Amino acid sequence: MPTSVITANLLTKEYKGFAAVDGISFDVAPGESFGLLGPNGAGKSTTMRMVGAVSTRTSGELSILGLDPNEHGPEVRSQLGVVPQSDNLDMELRVRDNLIVYGRYFGIPRSEVGKKADALLEFAQLSDRAKSKVDDLSGGMKRRLTIARALINDPRILLLDEPTTGLDPQARHILWDRLFRLKEQGTTLLLTTHYMDEAEQLCDRLVVVDKGSIMAEGSPASLIKKYSTREVLEVRFGSERNAQVAEQIAGIGERIEVLPDRLLIYSDNGEAELARITAAGLEPMTSLVRRSSLEDVFLRLTGRSLIE
Amino acid sequence: MTVTLAPVRPEAARRSRFAGSLYAGNARSVVGRGLLATKSTNWAVVVSGFFEPVFYLLSMGIGLGVLVGTVSTGGQQVSYPAFIAPALLAVSAMNGAIYDSTWNVFFKMQYAKTYEGMLTTSLGPLDVAFGEISLALLRGAVYAAGFMVVMQLFGLNLAWTAILALPAVLLIAFGFASLGMAITSYMKTFQQMDWIAFILLPMFLFSATFYPLSVYPEPIQWVIQALPLWHGVELVRGLTTGALSIAMLWHVLYYLVMIAVGLVFTTNRLRALFLD
Ligand SMILES: Nc1ncnc2c1ncn2[C@@H]1O[C@H](COP(=O)(O)OP(=O)(O)OP(=O)(O)O)[C@@H](O)[C@H]1O
Ligand SMILES: [Mg+2]
Repeated sequence: MPTSVITANLLTKEYKGFAAVDGISFDVAPGESFGLLGPNGAGKSTTMRMVGAVSTRTSGELSILGLDPNEHGPEVRSQLGVVPQSDNLDMELRVRDNLIVYGRYFGIPRSEVGKKADALLEFAQLSDRAKSKVDDLSGGMKRRLTIARALINDPRILLLDEPTTGLDPQARHILWDRLFRLKEQGTTLLLTTHYMDEAEQLCDRLVVVDKGSIMAEGSPASLIKKYSTREVLEVRFGSERNAQVAEQIAGIGERIEVLPDRLLIYSDNGEAELARITAAGLEPMTSLVRRSSLEDVFLRLTGRSLIE
Repeated sequence: MTVTLAPVRPEAARRSRFAGSLYAGNARSVVGRGLLATKSTNWAVVVSGFFEPVFYLLSMGIGLGVLVGTVSTGGQQVSYPAFIAPALLAVSAMNGAIYDSTWNVFFKMQYAKTYEGMLTTSLGPLDVAFGEISLALLRGAVYAAGFMVVMQLFGLNLAWTAILALPAVLLIAFGFASLGMAITSYMKTFQQMDWIAFILLPMFLFSATFYPLSVYPEPIQWVIQALPLWHGVELVRGLTTGALSIAMLWHVLYYLVMIAVGLVFTTNRLRALFLD
């Protein structure tokens, strides 16, 4: 039994000389849930596609469940469940048939696949739409169907590329709950997301990726501890004045981040910093002290906010 | 970091099922998908594809047949309808196979992401190629079988060997399905797809379909003989008229090569497109 189910070592993918993924290394342990965070174009989906054995790496090493995906594509894929960034459901088939046919691609016997499809429709809360055309489903329903489809072969590793994009809050929470349960059963999760609450909820460990390289790695809590302060003070002075005020209050807090609509002041005591600002005769339109989150780590590492 | 061991699943024990990176031995699931999706096809197009050669047989065979009388083929004189019917049989196998392996494949490849979806599963590109080609071949076989019935009704099957035309049209359909899918997999635009139709029409008209090859000057004959339909026409005509010759094996070989070439190119192309 290998100690890790996914091992990437200096994994690289180039498109016409441009490195979309530029020498990243990571390990994912069995049953672990591992996240890839990064701004648009960071190389998350490209990494997911290589792990999913549908993209051939340019160089480096990759091992999935002890197998090289370049050499054993079908066998690797037989043990994966894949939720791609954009749905690729079979529009020519109805909802339930999508699950059945997909299961048949994995060689699941006809006698079993029907039962599985019904259970997964239940799971995705689509039982009443079993006979619908895929086209008639809402965006969120399609997403749920794609996720259900990824589970038809009882995958050992589930690859989720922005799984909850387009889902309403309730559906997201339901999905998180389902993912927890899969995790409890020993399924390994590899996921990308632009939602920091999702990453904090779901990931045991994550890497922040930018321009094809890993910027940081660790658990959400350890990353926040390492790359941010305990608290953050958010102040707004109106979009014209923010940058100018930032110069005036330079030196307040450990670090100041200027966003178009607000200033973020990093400090272990936000209220104290706010008092210093008002003492300097500056009156923010609004102010808020909150705990640091992954968003702040992200901002620090990539200079960009998580959701663009 | 939590390290729990994933439960051992039976999949691990079934390793031998897979052969390398191209094939999982499960093309039948692709065929199954195609049959299920056929429920929602445009039946008018399908049916018209079958009737096209039938109409040719009626109009040319009966209409022109009155003027032409008999034609000499393989050392015997046969009626004009009996001369063109086997050619149209080959054409109907071709039409059926081409219908699926060109436009349908183009749609699935460029717009529906069907193959992209298939290749995220344990299927390999050879499974997809083989499955889709089989599906196209099946349609060709259905068209041709229907046409065989029409021929039988009109008394145009002249020898017992006509029964062998059934496996022959299967071979022909397989060849066109395979090559058709291979070519389509390289097409990127609708304009390029129109070229396929542009090539098929003259091939249909000139492949010794309506008159013997001997009417052409020799260089033109060579060109015709290089094209796939001529081999199909000759093979089927020999079988339905009973004019057998050992040279017919060359036609069989031509199709076997065509099938192999089509499968290789389709598989490679699917891999390049969806497993880049
Ligand atoms: N098939 C391709 N051909 C050429 N370039 C590509 C291809 N696929 C991805 N890229 C490039 O690789 C880079 C990384 O893309 P990727 O889709 O992995 O980003 P991502 O991190 O998933 O971004 P997003 O958050 O927007 O989904 C981008 O610059 C993209 O343009
Ligand atoms: Mg992406």
